[in-house]
Amino acid sequence: MAAAPAVLEMRSITKEFPGVKALDNVSLTVRLGEIHAICGENGAGKSTLMKVLSGVYPHGTYEGEIYYQGELVEFKDIRSSEHVGIVIIHQELALIPELSIMENIFLGNEVRGRFGIDWGETRRRAEELIARVGLRASPDSLIKNIGVGQQQLVEIARALSKNVRLLILDEPTAALNEDDSEHLLDLLRGLRSKGLTSIMISHKLNEIEEIADSITIIRDGHTVETLDVRAGEINEDRIIRGMVGRSLSSRFPEHEPKIGETFFEVKDWRVEHPEVPGRLVCKDSTFHVRRGEIVGFAGIMGAGRTELARSIFGRSYGRFLSGTITMDGKEISMPDVLSAIKHRVAYVSEDRKALGLNLLDTIQETVISANLPRVSKHSVIDDDRSYLAAEEYRKSLNIKTPTVKEGVSKLSGGNQQKVLLAKWMFTEPDLLILDEPTRGIDVGAKYEIYGLIQRLADSGKGVVVISSELPELMGLCDRIYTVFEGRVTGEIRGADATQEELMRLMTGTGLARAR
Amino acid sequence: MSSIRQFGMGLALIVLILFFQITTGGDVLTSTNVQNLIIGNSYILILAIGMVLVIIAGHIDLSVGSVAAVTGIIVALAIRDWGIPWWLGVLLGLGVGAVIGAWQGFWVAYVGIPGFITTLAGMMLFRGANQWIGQSNSVPVPQGLQDFGAGYLPEWGPNTQLNNSTLLLGILVAVWIVYSEVRRRRAAIRLGIAPPSTRAAVTRVVVSIVVIGYVTYLFGSGRYGTSFPIPGIILLIVAVVYHFIASKTAEGRHVYAVGGNRAAAALSGVNIRRTNFLVMMNMSVLAALAGMIFVGRATSSGPADGTGWELDAIAAVFIGGAAVSGGVGTVLGSVIGGLVMAVLNNGLQLSGVGSDKTQVIKGLVLLVAVAFDVYSKSQGRPSIIGKIFPSRKGRETGTTPGLEEPRPEVPVADGATAAQG
Repeated sequence: MAAAPAVLEMRSITKEFPGVKALDNVSLTVRLGEIHAICGENGAGKSTLMKVLSGVYPHGTYEGEIYYQGELVEFKDIRSSEHVGIVIIHQELALIPELSIMENIFLGNEVRGRFGIDWGETRRRAEELIARVGLRASPDSLIKNIGVGQQQLVEIARALSKNVRLLILDEPTAALNEDDSEHLLDLLRGLRSKGLTSIMISHKLNEIEEIADSITIIRDGHTVETLDVRAGEINEDRIIRGMVGRSLSSRFPEHEPKIGETFFEVKDWRVEHPEVPGRLVCKDSTFHVRRGEIVGFAGIMGAGRTELARSIFGRSYGRFLSGTITMDGKEISMPDVLSAIKHRVAYVSEDRKALGLNLLDTIQETVISANLPRVSKHSVIDDDRSYLAAEEYRKSLNIKTPTVKEGVSKLSGGNQQKVLLAKWMFTEPDLLILDEPTRGIDVGAKYEIYGLIQRLADSGKGVVVISSELPELMGLCDRIYTVFEGRVTGEIRGADATQEELMRLMTGTGLARAR
Repeated sequence: MSSIRQFGMGLALIVLILFFQITTGGDVLTSTNVQNLIIGNSYILILAIGMVLVIIAGHIDLSVGSVAAVTGIIVALAIRDWGIPWWLGVLLGLGVGAVIGAWQGFWVAYVGIPGFITTLAGMMLFRGANQWIGQSNSVPVPQGLQDFGAGYLPEWGPNTQLNNSTLLLGILVAVWIVYSEVRRRRAAIRLGIAPPSTRAAVTRVVVSIVVIGYVTYLFGSGRYGTSFPIPGIILLIVAVVYHFIASKTAEGRHVYAVGGNRAAAALSGVNIRRTNFLVMMNMSVLAALAGMIFVGRATSSGPADGTGWELDAIAAVFIGGAAVSGGVGTVLGSVIGGLVMAVLNNGLQLSGVGSDKTQVIKGLVLLVAVAFDVYSKSQGRPSIIGKIFPSRKGRETGTTPGLEEPRPEVPVADGATAAQG
């Protein structure tokens, strides 16, 4: 196949921030009608490059040239890039929850009639777009009432409404479950067959391998290489090697589990949805954790894993109905978060920014925040002891920061995750529940987090890992529970688990043991 | 960030004072004027100290003026009609503040009514209560309470040309500054951090002591019988205590946590309701204290006491670097913010500028101060101060976008982050 003409050429882009060269002589060539993936670790410069392209960083704030459809372009702002058909969809969706799908699609781009907005035409076009992206919802549904997968489709519909010619997707599937991701990828394939060019940033290498035509790898602000997938021989390991500059012989550190006796048991755990009475989010869930064991929870999004974890952790989710928790042979009650912490249970949230960190705090303040008494004397916080505690974690967890007085908002995702882990390790837990501990962080940092989890288990703690990435659970966990619609549907030894078996249990296929 | 910000504010305050000192031909820095400045503004500064905690927690309190007023009338009537001594009246007043605070805290923390609404209601409620209880009369208060609100420290001991109480106070503060500097250096050495250079430390201590010495002289050299005023001492104590609470105790950290990220705080074991309750309650107690200081100064409690105070206090807090979205702010910043407003008021008055123009200027200063904060934040720079004095600390606070996690520039985020000065 002859190479299609280049629709976009970014030549020698250099973008400097005070003290940091975020992009150094980066070039990118995207050909017409292809899906072009951009890979790189967090902080490699992928998003910065896309911001240069879409005009978030206007012409003049960077060096280098951008040729779009053969012409030199100089975008002043996002509007001017959208004007020529370059539309960017950010990882964190820019939709208004209280407005309808239809209103969101045409927000800022309203269909004007003679007297204000032409709602009839708006509806007609919205329905057309909704059908085109395969969205199963009415144009009048409010954004807050549809799932995140569907919201992603609304974003794409919005981009299509702007006559997009080059679609940029930043981590489009990061928050989606397998089904929604698959649907989204299908949609992108369909759009490609109609001639749409897309650029996709993603950490999910399997998806990239599956869908991309070309892959450009960026590392530390430099272009490493551009791989042509159609030429074949591109697999995940090849991409990882480009991203980290070395081959990860294994994505999981070697580990010999030291498993002790069962110390934590949950029996017949029933929890009701906080807003919908009568709807159970945990249906007689029973599980146990042994000392030194890493226990995984697999399930599709919305299966109730997070709900289960949070309802155990100080009943911080839902309405508790019945069930018992036994720890070290004694039945315990944890009616609030404080008592859960006192019982040495820790929960590290899946949502770092919304539920885990106060982004206004420094690293030091964050580390001590869930266990202030440990650094206080007569309820006065001792600055020195706080500093030393934070400093210890900075070293042992390899948190990359000049000082622990740095604000957590300035850290990369992987380092934020480490700080969050440090915060909960500081509560000296016996049981750690880690909810999606590697979401949105890069390959190198993942490896470090896995090693850390193994070290925690080896020190005699029980670790529960909730994850949507099955290979992660299979590589890391000694035992895996599957959850489907609030029910624990299976239990498999990590070594024996296969993706097919897990998927079968996670989706309730052939489920016979309903209680 | 906050220390740079505070340093900048402190500098702005000094520049402002010097400006008016020159333009008024030396009328600002006279004993009488600074004494009056403190007496006339201590109650607003005390309100600002309570208000900054409320604002850090993500609320607002509009009722402080009315709470101050109703406390004033209750205390005045109790002293006059029941014959209780003035100090018992003060304790009663603090109790009244606590009860009112518990009422407001209940609605905010346990029922979930936004502070704005609860205290808007409180503003009317307690204003009405003041006029109802006092039948819109002015009720005089005894000498004891008048001293509480506008009195001076006693004269004693040898003739030093200064008020000896003020002198002693100045010496105590100077000793404390030296002590805390030594302590800080020891801690740094113990932790293995390179302490700031000896020269810088000595310079800082010397400059501080010179300033303290001058302030002591200024307040102590007034006419016989005057000193650093009593309400100023109350303010000093309140400021030190609350600075300590806000920065060094779990309760203080919890206020920042609740305002910074409520959900994360809840999942860290912070009792959100209790924190909100205490913050609102505390505000009313301080409002009661402010009300009594004012009544003492005015020598009577009246139906219009405390009108508009909430706005002065809120302005002080925002000039002092707090963020509307919560989670950001300091006690010291708010005190400095309040002093900036006070000096502005005083300086303009001494310059013969009418109250109409004064209002206009104050409004602009508030707007510009906060706009400046928002601007420097959006530029990823700490502030202009950080540019003029490029210190190691100043550079650290600058963002390094390359290290940041990819963060989309979604329009909704702008307003939210911009205000977090």
